[in-house]
Amino acid sequence: MSTIYILWLRQIKKYFRARSRIIGALGQPLLFLLVFGFGFKPVFQQAGAGNYIQFLVPGIIMMSVLFTAIFSGIDLIWDRQFGFLKETMVAPVPRLQIMLGKTLGGATVASLQGVIVFVLSLIIGFKVQNPMLLPVAALMVFLVALLFTSLGIAIASRIEDMQGFNLIMNFLVMPIFFLSGALFPLQGLPAVLDAVAKIDPLTYGVDGIRHTLISAGTFSLGTDLLIVAVIAAVLLGVGSYLFEKIQA
Amino acid sequence: MALSQDSNIIVVSNLTKKFHDFAAVDGISFTVKRGEIFAFLGPNGAGKSTTIKMLVTLLSPTGGHVTVNGHDPVKDKNAVRKSFGIVFQDPSLDDDLTALENMQYHAIMYKIPKDIRDKRAEELLKFVELWDRRGDMVKTFSGGMKRRLEVARGLLHHPRVLFLDEPTLGLDPQTRNHIWSYIRDINQKEEMTVFFTTHYMDEAERIAQRIAIIDYGKIIAIGTPEELKAQTKSASLEDAFLSLTGHKIREEEAGPLDQMRSRGRMWRRRS
Repeated sequence: MSTIYILWLRQIKKYFRARSRIIGALGQPLLFLLVFGFGFKPVFQQAGAGNYIQFLVPGIIMMSVLFTAIFSGIDLIWDRQFGFLKETMVAPVPRLQIMLGKTLGGATVASLQGVIVFVLSLIIGFKVQNPMLLPVAALMVFLVALLFTSLGIAIASRIEDMQGFNLIMNFLVMPIFFLSGALFPLQGLPAVLDAVAKIDPLTYGVDGIRHTLISAGTFSLGTDLLIVAVIAAVLLGVGSYLFEKIQA
Repeated sequence: MALSQDSNIIVVSNLTKKFHDFAAVDGISFTVKRGEIFAFLGPNGAGKSTTIKMLVTLLSPTGGHVTVNGHDPVKDKNAVRKSFGIVFQDPSLDDDLTALENMQYHAIMYKIPKDIRDKRAEELLKFVELWDRRGDMVKTFSGGMKRRLEVARGLLHHPRVLFLDEPTLGLDPQTRNHIWSYIRDINQKEEMTVFFTTHYMDEAERIAQRIAIIDYGKIIAIGTPEELKAQTKSASLEDAFLSLTGHKIREEEAGPLDQMRSRGRMWRRRS
């Protein structure tokens, strides 16, 4: 337990110490919120789809969770070659505990990033429909964070260097984001895109957080939570397995 | 415990590591005595780091057998891990934590009880002359200070053997001398074995009691510095080394690791 805790604590400490990084990582979601939010607002309204900012905010919260989580997982590549993790890999502790500590730390940091985006969106006029559901929203955010940190660690355990990094960004992370319904409703998509959207775990994360924040969604909140929780558990298992196999 | 009281702390027999068809380490055998200072020398790409990785449980051998402090690094990883401390070739400190936090982190990973932990950390930080800087972020430290901190950290859990992979690379002579004096001191006081690699032949000649020279995955000579010099009729260890391994420069291609080293620096600066 102490191993998991110290690994988790290390990441939290680092997060709060790197203020410039927090601010830097907020640039992208803020840009999306302001540019897309106010840019598409009139079109969205004319199409009779309601207030775009209300629609967009949950999606952008999940976007920052997705990116922060994937990156803190993938950061493992450097950490294990050159960073402190090398030290950790020769310590007399089970690999599983190292993996869990690292994943929980990454997921916590990603969740905090989501919370900051949420608070900022309140400032630009976002309204929460039912404050009673905020704890469920937090749970949803944490599960999504856990899911993608595990995915990042699973990927990082399999690749040795950053050659494949752009590949991962362009063919995995960006599609996960764009096809999750974070930016636009997933209605009336061509069959292929629709199918991809349905197997995209972030789709359920975005849908779930819309339920909790703006009381709107395609699937039921229970379905969303269940699917995200199951995929998170599976990826945590896969990540642990692959992490166990790492040879320096 | 009878095993771990053997006079040899490291026993390597017929150790082999193949990557695909290439044998990076090709059936080497040697022993290191308890309390000895042992140098492991060889040109770039000779198999030094691969051997160390197998000794410290980071890599599984393709063949052969190893014991470290009486334990098998494949079957009994944690017993081996408790037995050694290590200073890696690449820095492995957390730059965003303070010197003391890095020490505490290590102590918790090695399950050192809290009361002993603080005392030992203070002792060692004073020993490497970093106690006054304990509260400073490691990123503000010079290369030499980081190395000293890594040595202190590696000693925290009273290892029976300390592995040092090019510990003095890129450091000025003053710092190098300091680092070796700490290590010799502990070697004497705690009868701790030291296993190190270096490219500085003068250092190996001065510090090591016995030396093994590895080339193309095989051990080509082993003995005291005097024995190696006598064997090759050389005046210095450097000449002995060159006469054993040849003058040809080893053109190692920049592997993915070297490319990552430079890119890693960029990444870290960015984030």
